[in-house]
Amino acid sequence: MSFAEQFQHPLGRLSLESLPFWQMLNDPTRGNVINGVIGTAAALMVVIGTLVTIAMITKYRKWSVLWSQWLTSPDHKKIGIMYVVLALVMLIRALMEALLMRAQQAFGLEGGFLSPDHFAQLFSTHGTIMIFFVAMPFLTGIINYVMPLQIGARDVSFPVLNSISFWLTAAGAALVMISLCIGKFSTGGWFGYPPYTEASFSPGVGPDYWIWALTLASLASTFSGINFAVTIYKKRAPGMKLMVMPLFTWTALCTSIIMIFAMPPLTVAMAQLALDRYLGFHFFTNELGGNMMNFANLFWLFGHPEVYILVLPSFGVYSELISTFSGKSLFGYRSMVIATMAIVALSFAVWMHHFFTMGQSANINAVFGIASMLIGIPTGVKIYDWMWTIFRGRVRFTVPMIYSIGFIYLFVLGGITGILLASPTIDYQVHNTVFLVAHFHNVAIPGALFGLLAGYHFWFPKAFGFRLNERMGKVSAFCWIFGFMLAFFPLYALGLMGLPRRSVAYTEPSYVPLEIAAFLGAILLTVALVTLVVQLWVSIKQRDKNRVFAGDPWDGRSLEWSVSAPPPEYNFAVIPVVTGRDAFTLAKEGGKAYPLPESYTDIEMPKNSVMGPVLGAIGFALAFGLVWHILWMVILFFVAAVVTMIVYGFARDTTRIVPAQQVQQEHRRWLDAVAAATGISRADEYQSANQGLAEMTIHEVPA
Amino acid sequence: MIDQFRDDEETASRKLEERKDFYSYVWGFSLALAMTLVPFAVVHWGAMRGLSLLIFIGAIALVQMAVHFRFFLHIGWRQKREDLLLLLFSTLLMVIMGAGTIWIMASLAMRMSLPASP
Ligand code: HEM
Ligand SMILES: [Cu+2]
Repeated sequence: MSFAEQFQHPLGRLSLESLPFWQMLNDPTRGNVINGVIGTAAALMVVIGTLVTIAMITKYRKWSVLWSQWLTSPDHKKIGIMYVVLALVMLIRALMEALLMRAQQAFGLEGGFLSPDHFAQLFSTHGTIMIFFVAMPFLTGIINYVMPLQIGARDVSFPVLNSISFWLTAAGAALVMISLCIGKFSTGGWFGYPPYTEASFSPGVGPDYWIWALTLASLASTFSGINFAVTIYKKRAPGMKLMVMPLFTWTALCTSIIMIFAMPPLTVAMAQLALDRYLGFHFFTNELGGNMMNFANLFWLFGHPEVYILVLPSFGVYSELISTFSGKSLFGYRSMVIATMAIVALSFAVWMHHFFTMGQSANINAVFGIASMLIGIPTGVKIYDWMWTIFRGRVRFTVPMIYSIGFIYLFVLGGITGILLASPTIDYQVHNTVFLVAHFHNVAIPGALFGLLAGYHFWFPKAFGFRLNERMGKVSAFCWIFGFMLAFFPLYALGLMGLPRRSVAYTEPSYVPLEIAAFLGAILLTVALVTLVVQLWVSIKQRDKNRVFAGDPWDGRSLEWSVSAPPPEYNFAVIPVVTGRDAFTLAKEGGKAYPLPESYTDIEMPKNSVMGPVLGAIGFALAFGLVWHILWMVILFFVAAVVTMIVYGFARDTTRIVPAQQVQQEHRRWLDAVAAATGISRADEYQSANQGLAEMTIHEVPA
Repeated sequence: MIDQFRDDEETASRKLEERKDFYSYVWGFSLALAMTLVPFAVVHWGAMRGLSLLIFIGAIALVQMAVHFRFFLHIGWRQKREDLLLLLFSTLLMVIMGAGTIWIMASLAMRMSLPASP
C-alpha cells in the first residue's frame, strides 16, 4: 500500500496482523509460539489489569469520587500522588521486562528462548519506560507533593497546567502500554538512532510509538519544569529567602531549570525524525544530504542533562532525610547549593561523551572527557557533606536511612566507573559492552530509584496520615540493595570480557556463570518490588494502629511537617513566616511550632478543571492516529486540541473560596489533636504511640 | 458618595490599564509576526543571498528575541537582579550548546567529508 493510500484507509495501517498472537497462529514454529505466548500474556495482563480496575471502581461506585477528587483536581498534592502511582505501575512492567531479559541472557548460550526482535523490543521499552515513565513521573510526583509545602505555598503557580502535564505523561505511558496489545514497539533502543529508525529500515509502527510517546512525555516535562521554577521563584512564604530554602527545594529548582533547557532538543529531534518518517524529509537519512550525527548530537544535548534531572531530586531527598534521621542540620548547606548549581552548568557541557567513538577529532574528545570528569568534584563535595551530616549524629536506622547509606556506598562506585568511562581511551575499549550497562544502572538505581523510594517511605505518612510497615520496608530495602549488587556487579566483569550490550545470545561458555548470577540478582530485585507492594497492602490494613494525624512523625525539620497529615487542601491555614533554615525545627525549639492564630481569612483556591483529562485523552488519540496513519483521527483530534485550548483561554471563573470559618474549624480540630497527642522520643518512632508529635528535646550541639 | 466616586475612578484606571496591556500584546504579536515573515519573504523571493542573507536573518532573530523579552516576558531595561542572573545563565547554556554543536558537527564534516549541516 502506498503512503497516500494508507492514510486514506479508515483504519490506516491497523489490521489483524497487529495482534500479538497473529504470527504464532499463522506460522506456528517453536520460536514463534514461545514469543507469541509471552507477547500475548503481556497483552492479556494489560487488558485484564485495565478491566479489573474498571470493574472494581464500578463495583464500589467510586467513579464520581475519582473524577471530582482526583482526576480533575488541580491540587498539587493529589497530582503528585497520581504521578507516583503511575510511576509504580510502570515500574512493575519495566522490571518484569528486565527479568525476562536477564532470563534470556542466562540461557542465552547459543540461543535462548526469545527471538532477536522480541529481545530488541524488550530493551527498548525497558529503557524508555524506566527513564520517561518511571523515574520522571516518580520525581515529578515527589517534587509536586513536597516542594509547595516546603516553601510555604498553597499550590504551584499554574495548577491547571500541572494537571495537563500529568495527563500528557499518562497519555504517553498509555501509548507504550497499548503497544503491547496492538502492533509492536520500536527495536531501536531507548535513544532510537536513525538511520535505523528511519522508514527505510524500520517501516513498522514501532518507532512511531516511541516518537509520540516521547513527544508527549517531553512536552509534559517542559511544562512541569516551567511550573516548578516559577513556583519556587514567586510563591515562597515571607522570609523564605533562596538561601533559606530546604535542600530538596533547591534540587527541585535546579532540576526544573535543566528540564526547561534540556527537553526542547528532544522535542525537536523527535519532530524531525517524524518529518523524515511521515513526510519524506531527509534530516537524518543516509541519502540526499541527511546526517544522523545531527540526531545523535541533539538527542544527547537532551540525554546527558536528563540523567541529572533523574539524580538531582534524589540528592535532595537524601539531604533532607539524612539530616532528619541524624538529628542534625545539614552539614555544609552552602556548599551543597553551590555544588548543585555547578552540576547544572556542567551537565550541559558534557553531552558528547555519549558518542566519543563516532568520529570527531581527538581534541574534542579530550575537552569533553575532561569536562565529564569535572562533575566528580561537586558530586564528591556532596558525598562528604552527607557523611559529615551523619558524623556524630544520633542516627536512626529507619528504612529511608538504609536506602541512603546503601546509596552513598554504591553511588561512589558508580561514579568512579563513570570517571573511568569519561576517559575517551578507556571508552574506546568498553563502549557498547555491558560494562556501560553496569555503570549506568549503578548510578540510576542507587542514585535515582533508591532516593525516590526512600522519599516515598519518608513522606508517605505525610500524604496519607499513617506510617508504612517498618519491617517489610527494611526487607524490601535490603533486597533492592543486594539484588542490585548481584544483578549488576557481574556485568562489569562481563563487559571487560567483551560481552556487547543488547546481546540476545552469545557463544562464549565462560559468560554463563556470571549471567546466572545476574539473573539471580534480577530475581532478588523482583522480590524487592513484590515486598514493596505487599508492604503497601499490609500498611493499609494496619493503618488505624499507625496514624500520625498530628503530622510530624520523624521530628521533621522543614515546613511540610508543620501541618496535619494529610494536610488540608490549602496546605496552610495561615501562611507561615520563616526566620531561618530548618524553619520547623527553629519553631519547635522556640516553642512556637503550633501557634494559634487570632483570626482566619478566606482562602482562594483553584477550581477543578477538566482540561487535564480532556487534553490527555486528545493527546493520546492524536498520537494513536499518527502511529497507525489514521487520517480522520489525526485531523479530528488535532482540531479538538486547538479548539479546547482556545476555549479554555476564555475561562474566567477559575477559583473558588474556602470560607474562613471552615478553615478555622479544620485548623482548630487539628490543633486540638496536637494538644491531645503525647510527644514521643525518637526511640519510639516506630511504635503505635507515634501520633505525629515529636518530644521536645534540647539538643546538645555536637562539638 | 466619595466611596462611589473612588470606585468609579478605580474601575476607570483599571480599564485603562487593561487597554494598555491589550495594545501592548497586539504590538508584540504584530512585531513578532513581522520578524518571522520578513526573513521568509527574503529567502522566498531571493532578495539577498550568501553571507549578507545570513547576517540579515541573524540580526532579525536578535530583534525577535528583544521583542519577545519586551512584550511577552515583560523584561525591560530596569530589572531585578534575579532576572538578570537568569538571563545570563540562559545565555551561558545557549552558548555552550550552540558553540559545542557547531564545533562537533564541523569536525565531523571535515573528518568524514560530509557536507556541514546548513
Ligand atoms: C531495577 C532493576 C533493573 C534491571 C534488572 C535492569 C535490567 C536491564 C537489562 C537486562 C538491560 C539490557 C542490557 C543490555 O543491553 O544488554 C537494561 C537496559 C537499560 N536499562 Fe535497566 N534495569 C533495571 C532498572 C533500570 C532503571 C531504574 C533505569 C533508569 C532509570 C534503567 C534504564 C535502562 C536503560 C536506559 C537501558 C538501555 C536500553 C537500551 O539499550 O536502549 N534500568 N536494563
Ligand atoms: Cu552523559
